[in-house]
Amino acid sequence: MAERERNHARPRGVVFLPRVQVMSAADVNRAVTRMAHEIVERNHGVDDLVLVGLQTGGVPIAKRLAATLVELEHTDVPVGSLDVAFYRDDIGLRPVLPEAVTDIAMDLTGRTVVLVDDVLFTGRTVRAALNALGEFGRAQMVQLAVMVDRGHRELPIRPDYVGKNLPTKRDELVDVSGDGVVLGGLVSK
Amino acid sequence: MTRHLLSIDDLGADGIAEVLEVTDSFAEVARRAIPKVPTLRGKTVATLFFEDSTRTRISFETAAKRMSADVLSFAAGASSLKKGESLRDTIETIEAMGIDAVVIRHPSSGVALQATRWLTGPVVVNAGDGWHAHPTQALLDLYTVRELLGGDSRCFEGLRIAIVGDIRHSRVARSQVAAYTAMGAKVTLVGPATLLPPSVEGWGVESVTSVIDDVLPAADVVSLLRIQAERGSGAFLPSLREYTSEFGLTMERARCLPSTSIVLHPGPMVRGVEISSDAAELPQVHVTRQVANGVAVRMAVLFLLLGVPGSAGVPGSADSGRAVSAAGAPPPGASSGPELRAGGRDGG
Repeated sequence: MAERERNHARPRGVVFLPRVQVMSAADVNRAVTRMAHEIVERNHGVDDLVLVGLQTGGVPIAKRLAATLVELEHTDVPVGSLDVAFYRDDIGLRPVLPEAVTDIAMDLTGRTVVLVDDVLFTGRTVRAALNALGEFGRAQMVQLAVMVDRGHRELPIRPDYVGKNLPTKRDELVDVSGDGVVLGGLVSK
Repeated sequence: MTRHLLSIDDLGADGIAEVLEVTDSFAEVARRAIPKVPTLRGKTVATLFFEDSTRTRISFETAAKRMSADVLSFAAGASSLKKGESLRDTIETIEAMGIDAVVIRHPSSGVALQATRWLTGPVVVNAGDGWHAHPTQALLDLYTVRELLGGDSRCFEGLRIAIVGDIRHSRVARSQVAAYTAMGAKVTLVGPATLLPPSVEGWGVESVTSVIDDVLPAADVVSLLRIQAERGSGAFLPSLREYTSEFGLTMERARCLPSTSIVLHPGPMVRGVEISSDAAELPQVHVTRQVANGVAVRMAVLFLLLGVPGSAGVPGSADSGRAVSAAGAPPPGASSGPELRAGGRDGG
């Protein structure tokens, strides 16, 4: 969850308390490198590949994956960003606000799209992203890359590339940033 | 965001900034090949216009449709009002049909506020009430300025705004002043003495003048208003030609403007009165951009009112951490407060 959304979702007087550092910055780097290799292997190269980061947590990871793919294959991979706020099924149930502007400059028809997000939890964001992607053309294939899969799925969605499988409690929070991955919870001030 | 949007005061600086920020996302939707998102599927928006309008009504209806809401369009001229039905009965009839949002325009100030007292379910969006307020017009003006100045809500700090024309009868001017001053801009009102309000106490404007040529050379934004003949403006002027010679934006005056200045007009623009036909074609005039932005701004307003917990049709979600501003509407059935302006036929 990105900071702005979390601020809205969080009850008043409650703060995020980091508990365990699960991945260091170097661990995240290694995971990005491995996932980039897996993407190349699975797709036999990077032709027709497009990375789409989900706003806002997925965008920096998508950019890093793209940079690594350029090193591996010496071909530029386009990166887009997608804000799924307008496609969520929980509009009106919880605060949903657009986080940042969607930016997908190309027609996705016939392309292989890799959706990239920081944390995979209930799967509802990805469901919304699949609907949103349809507006930008009919992708040949859509794959999913996440830095952390924390379980508790509410929909039949599974990632293709995972940085780390992290068993969590439902009420815990996972924070992914440039400094690594931290597991924590919400506590009253 | 408050439960209803009646005037700019309901929003405050933070609320205005939030609307402008969310508008960015809807402007992106409008640029797509298929500019439609499923955000408000299953919601119904009714537009109740008791006064003529082209762009505001079409703009709200387009906004609602682009978010997949259903739109009911009500025109006073073709309704049972003609048969003698009262305003209250008309509004309650529409509520009984299960509407989620009511967009209302009326020639009397305070009708939108009054509607919030009659309606228990729907949210109310004021699309112009008498001389009082037209908040979405002010918001789209601010969005247009913000877009032209680089897309940051801090751009209004210290910006010099000139609002020219019939300030006295203009709800647009009142909402513009409230919005620009809330964001830290310096507003100057320009108009013939007869068309300036009797007092600007509490408006927060920087200055009031009747000499447009003093203002133009230093204006970052010039916002022109129409002479509202239907509200009796004509009687306050010797003639429209005199108004044009003293206040109209002619080519000659336009040359005094800084090249970076922005000229706005809420429409409908009457060429040859407040702006000459050739001046209206200048690159500083952004009237069509205003209309395009109007749809995105209204999408953002409807989304923030209908799509966020605490809004209509979302019971039990009041504890969302979103404060309802004190300036917001009173709870249904609340007795009339001192702010009651409804019923006063103060339109020209």
